[in-house]
Parts: sequence; structure tokens; C-alpha cells
Amino acid sequence: MSAVKETRLASGPASGVASGSAAARRRRLTGLSVLVALLAVSVAASLAIGARSLSPGEVWQGLFAAPDPDQRLTEIRLIVRTVRLPRTVLAVVAGIALGVGGALIQGCTRNPIADTGLLGVNAGASFGVVTVIALFGFTSPFQYVWFAFVGAAASGVVVFGLASIGRGAGNPLTLVLAGQGVAVFLAAMTTAITLSDRQSLNALRFWNAGTVAGVGFRVIWPVTAFIVVGLVLALATLPAVNLLNLGDDVARAMGVNIAVTRTVAIVAITLLAGAATAACGPIAFLGLMVAHVARYLTGPDYRWLVPYAGLLGAVVLMVCDIVGRLVVRPGELDAGIVVALLGAPFFAALVWRGKFRNA
Amino acid sequence: MSDTDIRRPVTPGVRLGRVSFVWRPWNVLVTLLLAAATFLVFCLSIGAGDFPIALPRVIATLFGGGERFDRFVIMDLRLPRALAGLVVGLALGVSGAITQSLARNPLASPDVLGITQGAGAVAVLLLTVSGGTTAAIAGSVGVSAAALAGGLGTGLLVYLLAWRRGIDGFRLILIGVSVSALMQAITTWLLATADVTDVARAQVWLVGSLDGRSWDTVTVALASTLVLLTVVAGAAFQFRPMHFGDEVAAGLGVRYAVVRAVMLLCAVLLAGVAVSAAGPVPFVALVTPQVAMRLVRCPTPPLVASGLVGAVLLIGSDLVARTALPVTLPVGVVTAAIGGPFLVYLLVRANRRQVV
Repeated sequence: MSAVKETRLASGPASGVASGSAAARRRRLTGLSVLVALLAVSVAASLAIGARSLSPGEVWQGLFAAPDPDQRLTEIRLIVRTVRLPRTVLAVVAGIALGVGGALIQGCTRNPIADTGLLGVNAGASFGVVTVIALFGFTSPFQYVWFAFVGAAASGVVVFGLASIGRGAGNPLTLVLAGQGVAVFLAAMTTAITLSDRQSLNALRFWNAGTVAGVGFRVIWPVTAFIVVGLVLALATLPAVNLLNLGDDVARAMGVNIAVTRTVAIVAITLLAGAATAACGPIAFLGLMVAHVARYLTGPDYRWLVPYAGLLGAVVLMVCDIVGRLVVRPGELDAGIVVALLGAPFFAALVWRGKFRNA
Repeated sequence: MSDTDIRRPVTPGVRLGRVSFVWRPWNVLVTLLLAAATFLVFCLSIGAGDFPIALPRVIATLFGGGERFDRFVIMDLRLPRALAGLVVGLALGVSGAITQSLARNPLASPDVLGITQGAGAVAVLLLTVSGGTTAAIAGSVGVSAAALAGGLGTGLLVYLLAWRRGIDGFRLILIGVSVSALMQAITTWLLATADVTDVARAQVWLVGSLDGRSWDTVTVALASTLVLLTVVAGAAFQFRPMHFGDEVAAGLGVRYAVVRAVMLLCAVLLAGVAVSAAGPVPFVALVTPQVAMRLVRCPTPPLVASGLVGAVLLIGSDLVARTALPVTLPVGVVTAAIGGPFLVYLLVRANRRQVV
């Protein structure tokens, strides 16, 4: 028994189960490039498809042509640059953030139904939005986006702080339950406000749907900056997260500083999920879903699983946004709703066919 | 395995005919205290209101004595509401404990099995979409009954979808999570497209409330809860060994597939009863088993204690909402505002103790 374990560990500390072979590596690299190609195609489609369809040539002109007196070209420039490009960029950025965050939180908590909202991030963001609307009467997303981010970050910090009082620090179960406790409390406060304040209820119901449309680059660039920092931290923890999944004792014996790893991972998750939620509203289920699909595609090695989950998240969010533009013309269905409506049946079918393993 | 592992049980067992259990004084003490607390909060809740009635008079009236006027206020006006709180709390607590035990996941609850979201989606549909069919349904059977059907239907759907040569905890919660997400998305979409006045009405229903409960709804809920709890109590002795896994349970003579099916069905129906009596009160089923586990200091969600914690939480929150707060809030908001922080407090206390 112990001999088997030793040889497996000796084959490389973070290699996971039988992941060292060159064939497996090649297969995973191929998969990764397929995902990148899919993302590129969906980005192109996202720029071209909408209430007014554009040809690839027109998209190109809209993106790169110099300002021109021509009326038609000005219109195309306007559509591509101020409407389609921001939502496309945001879909990519938020999709990656939620995918990576979802995979990482499942890795940290070892719970297969952990989602990016688990640390109270979504509840905190909603609370932030509702509070400033009720107090200051803000109406535009540009105004309350930052309060959403502050709310998300604050609840993430509180959850982690509460879970790490004492030396039982960063125990995954404590973290999960503290997250639930804080989320429950914040949700109650949010409901209490919306029950008495009609205006914030009205804003919250649109906010809750989760969409990548409607915010400009003024919001997107700062959000992207937070997400990039989160991604760097997330990628840095991956080898250690692999070891954590062998159990705390094994990880400690292999030289992992458990408290530091969990702290960094949780800061990363809060940044990723908080920034994405602030810009888009709560997009539930995306992180959970792509984390399982990524685990099915790559196996349990988080160094592969997390990048896969990030790219899958971006592709899925982008495709759902495009579908949302097409199904209820001339209106639009919010991407967050499409994610659940399309993703849930697909995911349930995969679960039923026994494709997934426990985190 | 060395033979030092085989030792005498630390805690003595009690055997009464065919029934046997381990004697755990702390467990029994806490459960008795919780039962006493439930009774106390129940009586306080009946006594509080525009016409306050002192505790001794409430108790006297409940046991058949009391003055005529007290009898009228208590029996006709206040008792239905308090009983509704009791039933909903018990049902949600037990239902949550069963679900978390079966799924072996502290995040599992009837909410995760789609019952709450299914009921919510149907209710919001009826409340926001005005027009022929929905108005007719809402008018003829009532929103609560239709929502109950929606919740039970969703629970059944999850069960059927998760069935593949038996029920597996992991598959069950993943399917449940996806169906819940689907129902949640439908609700969100309906709320985002509806008229804001309807949205406010739907919001009140979604939070869960005990306002204006009459004997009609309470009698049905009380009777069905008693039946379901009896079934749960009967299966509970077979249920406990299942925490060790299917193989060990089978080795101990438990027909685990049957027990699991019965318990799951009871959990779904109990959650449904709660929805019909108070609307989809969120989070109670999630929080109470975890609180009960920490109070009783037992490694798995305790069934009786969870139910009692649920009852105390629900009746107590209703009492607080009616008396202590300056604004009237539905009970669902107060349960969450009290239950969430209390769970966090227990966690922090447990963590502190680990240092010593």
C-alpha cells in the first residue's frame, strides 16, 4: 500500500494520476489549442452577429478603418467599437475569470457543488448595489459597479477572516460554511431593503439576470486589471493545490505551506469572481459547470484543469451571449439566464451519463 | 490494524426489545433543552401581539383551561400562525438533515434538490404573467397549492433524472444543482420582464411569510408533517449506519437502497409541506442541520435536534419580526438574518477551541 503511494509521488510531486506520459501531454495541448481556436471563432461571431448582422469585411472595417465621412462606415464603426467590442471583451474576461474561479474553489474546498458565489461574493455584490441605490438613488450601472465590487471584496475578506480565526485556519469545511452564513445574512439584508424600496428592487431584478452588455471600456479596463492580478495569483497556486487534493497531511509532508496556499487561492478567487460579478452581475452555475467539464477533459491535474476551465468559461459565456441576442429578437435574453437555460440540461445529461468524478 | 483498535465501546448502549441505541447524555440533554426552548418560544409567540397574554395564561389555555376571551384570541387567532411556524421549522430542519446526510455534503439542502426553486418559479409565473390560463390557475387552486405542485414536480424530476440503477449522492446533488439553476434562471427572467408592481408581490411571496395563516392550511400541513415524521422516525434506525457507506451499511443488515429512497422521498415531501405553509423560506434547511450538529456535538446532522432548531429559529424569528423590529418584515428575512450569523458564531467558537 505505502509502496504504491511512494512510487506515485516519486514520479513528480504535482503530476496527478498518470499524467506524465508524452501522449497525454500532447492530447492536452491539442485540446488547449482547440479551445483557443473555438474562442477565436466565437469572438469573431460575437462581433458580427446581432440586431444588425455584419459581414467579416465590415467587422474588419469597423475595427480598423480610419474615421471616414462615409455615413455607412461611420455607423459600422459605431456598432463594432462601442456596442459589440466592449461586450465581447467583457465576455472573454469575465468568462475566463469565472471559469478559473470555479475550478479553483472546487480545488480548495474539495466540494463538487462549490461555485464562485460560495464565498459570499454574489450576495456581497448584490448588497452593495442595493445599498447605494437605496441610499443615494444611483441609477446607472457606471455608478454602482464599484460598490458591487466593494461589496463582493468585503464579503470575501469577512468570510476568510471568520474562517481563519484560531488555528483551525482555512479548513475547507469551515470556509464553505462561513461563506454560506455570511451569504445568507447579506441576502436577508438585501431582501429587507428591496421589500421597502421599490427603486432598488427594480434595479436588482435586472442586475440579477447577469449580462455582459451595457458597460463600456471605462468599466471594463479596471475590472480586467483586477482579473489579471487574480489570474496570476491563481496560476501560481496550482502546483500546491494539486498537492492539497492529496490531503492536508500529504501536502504538508511534501513541503506545501497550507495556510499560505489557501490564502493566496482565496484572494485570487475573490478578485476573479468579485470583479466579474461587479461588471456583469451574478452569473451563477458557469464556474461550477465548466470546472466539471474541464475535469472530465483533463483529469485531476489542476495545472491543466484550471486553464481549460478558464477557456471553456469564456467560450460558453460568449456563445450564450450570442444566443441571447438571437432568440428573442428584437429584444435580448441576458447571458446569465442563457447560461443556466442551455447549460443546465447539457450538464445534467453529462452527469447522468457518469462523465464526472468527485472533486 | 493492530489489536489496540479493538476495545470496549466508550459509551454504554441501551437495549429495549428490538430497539437499541447508544447512550449519549450530552446529546439527550441538548435535545431536551431544545424541545423546552421550542415550547417556550411557541408560547411566547402566542402571547405576543396587540393584546398581550402572560405566559402562564397561555399555557393554561393551551392545556384546556383559561378564560373565554383568552381562548378565542389564542385558539382562533394566534395558534394557527404559531403552529404553522412550528410545522415549517420542523419540516425544513428534518428535511435538511436528511438531505445533507444522504449527499454527505454540508452544502446540500432541499434548496439544492430544486424544490424551493421549482415552487418559486411556478409562483412567480402565476403572480407576474397576467392572462387567461395563469390567472385561472391562480384563482382556482391558489398560488400556494400551485407552487407546491411545482416544487414537488421539480423534486420528482431531479429524483428521476438522478436515477440510474439506484440513487448515488454525488449524481443526485449535481443533477439537483443544475435543475435548480434552470428554475432559478426562469424565475430571474420572469422577474426581469414583469411589471414592477407584480415583482414586488412576487418578492414578498418568495421570501416566505407566516402572515394570515388559518386553520385550513395549518391542519393539512400539521397532519402531513406528523405522518411524514413518523415514517422518518421508523426509518431512522436503519438510516444511521448509512453514514459509513453502502458496503458497511449492507454488512450491518441495512437495506440501504430502500431506506435511501424512503428518506429522500420524505425529505422532498417535508420541504413541499413547508413551501405550502409558508412559501419557500430560504436557507433554514441549509443552516439548521449544521447548527444542530454543532450544538449536539455529533459528527452527522442529527434528525430530531435539526427539526427542533428549525422550529425555534422559525417561531423565534416570527416573534422577533412581529415585536422587536420597527418595520414589519416577513419571517424569511429574519430567519436568514439570525440563522446565518449564528452559524458563523458556532464556527468561530469551534475554531477557537481547536487552538487550545
